[in-house]
Amino acid sequence: MSQAEGAAGAAGSSAEGAARERTGSAAEGAVRAGAGRNPLWTFGILRSEFATTLRRWRTLALLGVLAAVPVLIGIAVRIETADGSSAGAGGGEGGPAFLSQVTNNGLFLVFAALAATLPVFLPMAVGVIAGDAIAGEANAGTLRYLLVAPAGRTRLLLAKYAATLGFCLVATLVVAASALAVGALLFPVGDVTTISGTTIGFGEGLVRAGLVAVFVAASLTGFAALGLFVSTLTNSGIAAMAATVGLLITVQIVDTIPQLSAVHPYLFPHYWLSFSDLLRAPVYWDEVLKNLELQALYAAVFGSAAWARFTTKDITA
Amino acid sequence: MAGSDAGTIGQPGAPGTAPVIETRGLTKRYRGGQLAVDGLDLSVPAGSVFGFLGPNGSGKTTTIRMLMGLIAPTSGTASVLGRPMPDASRRVLPEVGALIEGPALYGFLSGRDNLLRYDRADPTADPRTRAARVGDALERVGLAPAAGKKARAYSLGMKQRLGLAAALLRPRRLLVLDEPTNGLDPQGMREIRALVRELAADGTTVFLSSHLLDEIEQVCTHAAVMARGRLLTQGPVAGLATGGRLVVTTPDPADAARVLKEHGVTGITLDGDRVRADAPPGTVELADLNAALVRGGVRVRAFGVERASLEDAFVALTGEGFDVAG
Repeated sequence: MSQAEGAAGAAGSSAEGAARERTGSAAEGAVRAGAGRNPLWTFGILRSEFATTLRRWRTLALLGVLAAVPVLIGIAVRIETADGSSAGAGGGEGGPAFLSQVTNNGLFLVFAALAATLPVFLPMAVGVIAGDAIAGEANAGTLRYLLVAPAGRTRLLLAKYAATLGFCLVATLVVAASALAVGALLFPVGDVTTISGTTIGFGEGLVRAGLVAVFVAASLTGFAALGLFVSTLTNSGIAAMAATVGLLITVQIVDTIPQLSAVHPYLFPHYWLSFSDLLRAPVYWDEVLKNLELQALYAAVFGSAAWARFTTKDITA
Repeated sequence: MAGSDAGTIGQPGAPGTAPVIETRGLTKRYRGGQLAVDGLDLSVPAGSVFGFLGPNGSGKTTTIRMLMGLIAPTSGTASVLGRPMPDASRRVLPEVGALIEGPALYGFLSGRDNLLRYDRADPTADPRTRAARVGDALERVGLAPAAGKKARAYSLGMKQRLGLAAALLRPRRLLVLDEPTNGLDPQGMREIRALVRELAADGTTVFLSSHLLDEIEQVCTHAAVMARGRLLTQGPVAGLATGGRLVVTTPDPADAARVLKEHGVTGITLDGDRVRADAPPGTVELADLNAALVRGGVRVRAFGVERASLEDAFVALTGEGFDVAG
C-alpha cells in the first residue's frame, strides 16, 4: 500500500489527496476518486492506445518495411550511378520523382523515398492499423471489456483515430529518418537546389524535409478515417484490413483513368504528390492547400460515419 | 491483500432496498427476426449472490450484454444500480466488474499490462493508484507469480483468472460473472467460490451465470431460470428447490418400510437397501422417527432428508431435452 500512498502524496496537495492518503488503501482511494475524478484521466486511454499499437510485432514489422524502402532505393541508385552516369537520366519519367537529384545531394533521398512510399507502402501500413482499430478489438473480444471498463464509445473511437494519426506521423518520420541516414551515408550532402532552381542552405533544406514529412503524414488522415469507418462495419480484423487496402488500390487505379477525370479532384490520393510544391521557392501553396482541404473533408465525412455506426452498434463479439 | 480492507468500502449505498438490477419487459429481437430475449422482468436484490440459469441459447448472454450497455434492447427498460442502461453507462459501469463470455486478452501483452490497459480505459480510475490496484487484483486471483508472462502463454484457467482480476480492478458494487469457473480445475473452482463468498460478504452483489447447478446451489442466495428467451422463475434458491426425500439406508428395507408406514410416512419406495419416502411435514421430529425404526428392530445404517437438488428443479422447469433452444 505504501506505493499508492507515495503516489498520492507526490501528486496531491488537495484535500482529496490527503484523505486518500489517510485511508492507506489504494482500492479505497479509487472508489472515492469516482466522485472527484480528474478530467485529465480521460487521456490515459490515448497513451494506452498508442503504446499498445507500437508494441505489436505487426506494427514494428510494418515500420521495418517502411524503413527498408529508402535503403533499397539508396543502394540501387548508388550501384546504378557507380559508373558516373546520373540516375534516371535515361528514362526520365521512369522512377519516383527526385531520384536524379539523389546523387548530387543525399537529402533528396528523403523526398524520393516519400514519393516512392506515399502511393502504396505508407497508406497500406496505415490501412492495416486503421482497419484493425475497432474490428481487431472486436475479433479478439477485447472490445467488450474496453466498453464495460467503460471506455465510452466516442472516447474510444477518438482515441483510436488519434492513435492512427500518430502512427501516420511515426510511419512517415521513419521513412524520412531512414532516408536521411542512408542519403547522408551514401551520397554527398550540402546546399539544396529547389525545383524552382534557387539554392537554399542545408539547414533550411532539412526544415523543408521535416515540413514535407509532416505534410505527407497529414495527407494520410483522410484515408485513416476511411479505414476506421470500415473497421466499425465488421467484427473481423482481417476483413477490415483487406477492405481498406482494397479501397486504396481501387481509388489509386481510378485516379489514373483519364476518362474518369471528373471525379479525380475528389479522390483522396489525388493531390498526395503535391508535397513537391513545398520544395519550390517561393512555395506553391495551391495544391498543398487543396490536399489538406480534401483530407479534412474525408476525415469529417468518414469520421462522422464511423461515429454514427460505432455508437449505435450492437457489440455481439 | 485487498480482500482484508475491501469490507469497509463495498457498500457505498445502503443495501437491501432498491434492486441492483431491474428490468421491465426487456426484449431483444435481432435483425433477422430472432427473438433472443422476450419480455424479461428480472429483479436482483442488493447484496444477493444471484444465480442466472438457463440452457445454452436461452438468452442469458444477450441479457447480460443488454445490462452492460453493449446491446440496445428492442423494447423494455433495464436499470443497473438504480440508473437506466445503456444511457447511464458512464456513471454505472465504473462500479460494475464484468466477465462476459469468457476472458478476452491481448496475447502480446503481459498479464499485468493487460490489466493496466483495461484500467486506463476507465476514465474514472485514478492513475496514481493504478499500479497498486493492478497488483492487488493479480494477488487476489492468485496470478501474481505469472503477471509478467505474455498472456498468450496463459492456460485457459489463467486467462479466466486474469479476466476476473480485470473485474476486480476497483471495488465494485456489482459483479457480473458469466461462467466464471469455465476452464478452471477443481482447486480453481473452489477458490472462485471462496472469492465470490468473500465479495458477497463485503456487500458486493454478485450476478453469476453458470450451467454448473451445484455451483449455483453452493454459493447463490437467489436464482432465476431462463429458457427460450423467457424468464421461467426467480427467487431465493431455497424456494426454488422445494420438497425433499427421506432416505433410510438399512439391511432390513421391508421392515423399515412397514415401520415408516405405521408412522404415517407417504410415498415409500424400495431400492435395494434404500428406502425412500416423501419427507414428513415439519411437525414430525425426525429423531423420533429414527428411534421408532430402531425400536422396531430395523438396523439403520443411514438416515436423513435429501433436499431436492436445484438440478431437479431446473430440469422440471426447462425440460429434459438435450437440444439447444433455437
